Amino acid sequence: MGRETRAMQDDDATNPGMLWVLDGETLWRGKAGAAAKSCADCHGDAAASMKGVAARYPVFDSSRKALVDLDRRINLCRTERQQAPPLPSESRELLALGAYLGRQSRGMPIDIAVPEPAKPLLEAGRAAFQRRQGQLNLACAQCHDALAGEKLAGSAIPQAHPTGYPIYRLEWQGLGSLQRRLRNCMIGVRAEPYAYGAPEYLELEYYLMWRARGMRLETPAVRP
Amino acid sequence: MARTIVNVPATARRGEIITVKALVGHVMETGFRHNETGALIPRDIIRSFVCRYDGEEVFRADFHPAVAANPLIEFSTVAMQSGKLEFRWAGDNGFSAEASAAISVE
Repeated sequence: MGRETRAMQDDDATNPGMLWVLDGETLWRGKAGAAAKSCADCHGDAAASMKGVAARYPVFDSSRKALVDLDRRINLCRTERQQAPPLPSESRELLALGAYLGRQSRGMPIDIAVPEPAKPLLEAGRAAFQRRQGQLNLACAQCHDALAGEKLAGSAIPQAHPTGYPIYRLEWQGLGSLQRRLRNCMIGVRAEPYAYGAPEYLELEYYLMWRARGMRLETPAVRP
Repeated sequence: MARTIVNVPATARRGEIITVKALVGHVMETGFRHNETGALIPRDIIRSFVCRYDGEEVFRADFHPAVAANPLIEFSTVAMQSGKLEFRWAGDNGFSAEASAAISVE
């Protein structure tokens, strides 16, 4: 990330992701669904109750025996507590709530718990990161571990630490999730991307966040 | 109404040059792109931005299709007196957004 992009990200007056954060704050306080409850009715002030939460996601949900990322958690809250329809992936509302929640943990170190039953899922994510795929027959690790810091065409190859999702990507002219970014890379190596919310994405998200443990959250980050 | 984020220093000395930042949420659809069926996506952009300082126009910009989505404008002006800076964006399809910020000048 260039110096100018970082300056844009670090100033709330110039970070376009803050437009979504403000939307998320409105949604947090707004009542939704048949239960006519807002997020704030249960969780109170997000600045206190949601501090550090985004840095812990995805989590392993022991009752579902599955990984749950922040978007899925928001939708579980909507369907179970608010009795409202789930928000579609990549919708402005879901991204706004994700950005608002992530913003409450900005600057906090990523801290992913790996309980015993989640270890196979973490290993599945690691295996996916190292598996060659697509017509170009490339693994994530070949670029993001072996060639990080080098160039792909004119662009720098980053180490693939998802520290700021949902991100405002200048190329997208808007906010997008980690899964959207993973789709981009999969299309880039000419592999068939998974559907949004697929368990394969969750395993990869889980592994990537675990791999970035200790790094500080930057949500909403700005990336080229 | 579109989201806006404006940033003006809360206080300034008389005669000081201040930096003003104004961000607005807008798709800035160029009018040159086509959708999946080949039909042209109609243009939807902001056309103009005006900043008034206590009623007096201090900055104006015309926008064109090449301007990015969620445009950020940063400019300088001279702090003359305590008062209000008013920002107004206007564009296609009757788009309009407003914001204001107060400055206190010593």
